[in-house]
Amino acid sequence: MAEKKIRVLVGKIGLDGHDRGAKVIAQAFKDAGMEVIYTGLRQTPEKIVETAIQEDVQVVGLSILSGAHMQLLPPVCELLRSQGAGDILVIAGGVIPKEDISFLKKAGVAEVFTPGTTTGLIINFVKDSLS
Amino acid sequence: MFKDEKMQELKDKMAAWEQSLQKSLEKRPERKPDFQTDSYIPVETVYTPLDLENFDYLEQLGLPGEYPFTRGVQPNLYRGRLFTMRQYAGFGSAEETNKRFRYLLEQGQTGLSIAFDLPTQIGYDSDHSLARGEVGKVGVAIDSLKDMEILFDQIPLDQVTTSMTINSPAAVILAMYLAMAETQGVDMKQLGGTIQNDILKEYVARGTYIFPPEPSMRLITDIFAYCGEKVPSWNTISISGYHIREAGSTAVQEIAFTLANGIAYVDTAIKAGMDVEQFGPRLSFFFNAHQNFFEEIAKFRAARRIWAKIMKERFGAKNPRSMMLRFHTQTAGCSLTAQQPMVNIMRVAFQALSACLGGTQSLHTNSYDEALALPSEHAVLMALRTQQVVGYELGVTDTVDPLGGSYFMERLTDEIEMQVFNYIDQIDQLGGAVRAIEQGFMQKEIQQSAYEYQKEVESNQRVVIGVNKFVVQQDDPTDLLKMDPTVAERQEEKLKKLREERNGQQVAETLKKLRSAAQTDENLMPLILDAVKAYATIGEICDVLREVFGEFQQQVLL
Repeated sequence: MAEKKIRVLVGKIGLDGHDRGAKVIAQAFKDAGMEVIYTGLRQTPEKIVETAIQEDVQVVGLSILSGAHMQLLPPVCELLRSQGAGDILVIAGGVIPKEDISFLKKAGVAEVFTPGTTTGLIINFVKDSLS
Repeated sequence: MFKDEKMQELKDKMAAWEQSLQKSLEKRPERKPDFQTDSYIPVETVYTPLDLENFDYLEQLGLPGEYPFTRGVQPNLYRGRLFTMRQYAGFGSAEETNKRFRYLLEQGQTGLSIAFDLPTQIGYDSDHSLARGEVGKVGVAIDSLKDMEILFDQIPLDQVTTSMTINSPAAVILAMYLAMAETQGVDMKQLGGTIQNDILKEYVARGTYIFPPEPSMRLITDIFAYCGEKVPSWNTISISGYHIREAGSTAVQEIAFTLANGIAYVDTAIKAGMDVEQFGPRLSFFFNAHQNFFEEIAKFRAARRIWAKIMKERFGAKNPRSMMLRFHTQTAGCSLTAQQPMVNIMRVAFQALSACLGGTQSLHTNSYDEALALPSEHAVLMALRTQQVVGYELGVTDTVDPLGGSYFMERLTDEIEMQVFNYIDQIDQLGGAVRAIEQGFMQKEIQQSAYEYQKEVESNQRVVIGVNKFVVQQDDPTDLLKMDPTVAERQEEKLKKLREERNGQQVAETLKKLRSAAQTDENLMPLILDAVKAYATIGEICDVLREVFGEFQQQVLL
């Protein structure tokens, strides 16, 4: 039986324009056989959640390098939960100090990937988490 | 360049040498199947005069300060004045950044460079809903002339030059700077500095656009025309490859796309009726200094030669100043690692050296902790000291273009030039840079290179110390810069107070005038200046322009 493809939303949240990482990981997800919805820049938590539910994704991957992660990532998790989509896996990547990571995890972010992480590691994390 | 009989003799010698090389390779095989630069230009075992057979010194290099400026734009370069040491800085509120500026100037920095936060760069006030979480983060929050006055408190504008990384709302920020100079009593004609004002690379690589291309290009030419008359020493644009490179391009793509964007600006200004000699000398550039040492130096040299040819041959410039490519360099942020961050100090030093050997006019050296957080004060000081070592201690600044004439360097410079012109031809065929960007051409090329780069790192074809080789477990440094969480609140309070204290009627009138002028061809700079002086905020001014111009919608490509 053919395995159902993993659907993942990759997005840039906040006003940050650094999309190199987001595009690289989106491409890597595709090459790993996943279906990728790439949102582009300047997404609000509300827009991310709306798209995630509309597109029926299993994973939301958010990239942020501007330092606004503490304000912008928790609302994504909250909104997903309040709209009955709390089962969607939320992961984040970017320049995020270690000391912020435990707070983000408590808020519902499954994992935070910092600079130097390989795309292979992230793909494995997603696959393991969903299996 | 070399005598015929000598060349023949060398050819014979070379043939014999290659045979003996093959033999030695059996015993000492090479480390990898092929050697290439970051732009995938093959690198040979050795370079000789045979690699430069049709080399014409005067045509290809010339003398320093002379066409085609391959060797530099100044006759004596750093023997006169070293590159300007200009660290990009800004965080929190104007009060905090003012303190950092004064610290940097006390430490021997010779110019200022302002980083603005994202809401400022995208024309939102600090209290806008989209500014949530972003106020004062990647730069300083500037909402109105009030903030600008605080930012430059006790910094004499006639003694420092200021570079401002501002693009879409460049006209507004420049107007604030000019208004502030007036309150300091400094004549506009004395002001020196640069605004980035390069919208095209925002669409391609950096992302802080507001308006669609056409009105954005109009704002840029309005600034060219206004400054040409009123602020003659101001660099009205810094056409930037830096962010294109950070987004993942190769060195060749960095130069090709930047110069293609440059061509688009010159075209637009000429179409707006301006004389190329009027604005040409005020164009400046901004490049990245990345890891592949020799290619980076060749890249800077090639960029100068290509731009000189473009200005002379394509646009018919006659004044040599219109042909000179003057540039700022920043070391490659994307080359810094979060792993073993102290190693970044070495990366930055070599990159700074390449910028110096490439003849940069000014330099920003990155701080070693930038893959972890915004730079802390001691990391910034280390970065500044690094470029001071390059400038003052190594002796590399004592002669102009010291690598000129190296067989390898000249061959590489030629090769980069050829590949850049190929790209420019391709972009011309697409209808120029604006069309090429609208079609996603540059974006796709960059994306492809970025992905290749990542795959090379992950397959260990490309070594990154600390990431895929010589890896050790290490704790993050604990002395990273902490942001004051009250910045947004303080900005909101300042805005509230400002709106109460200013003359609301005057604000409304200046904004109304701006709105009607935006619908005509009138130069908008004087009207923006009036609004700024009435303490209209950046958000209010940009909202007026959003109403008239509309907003750019990013085409999402993958």
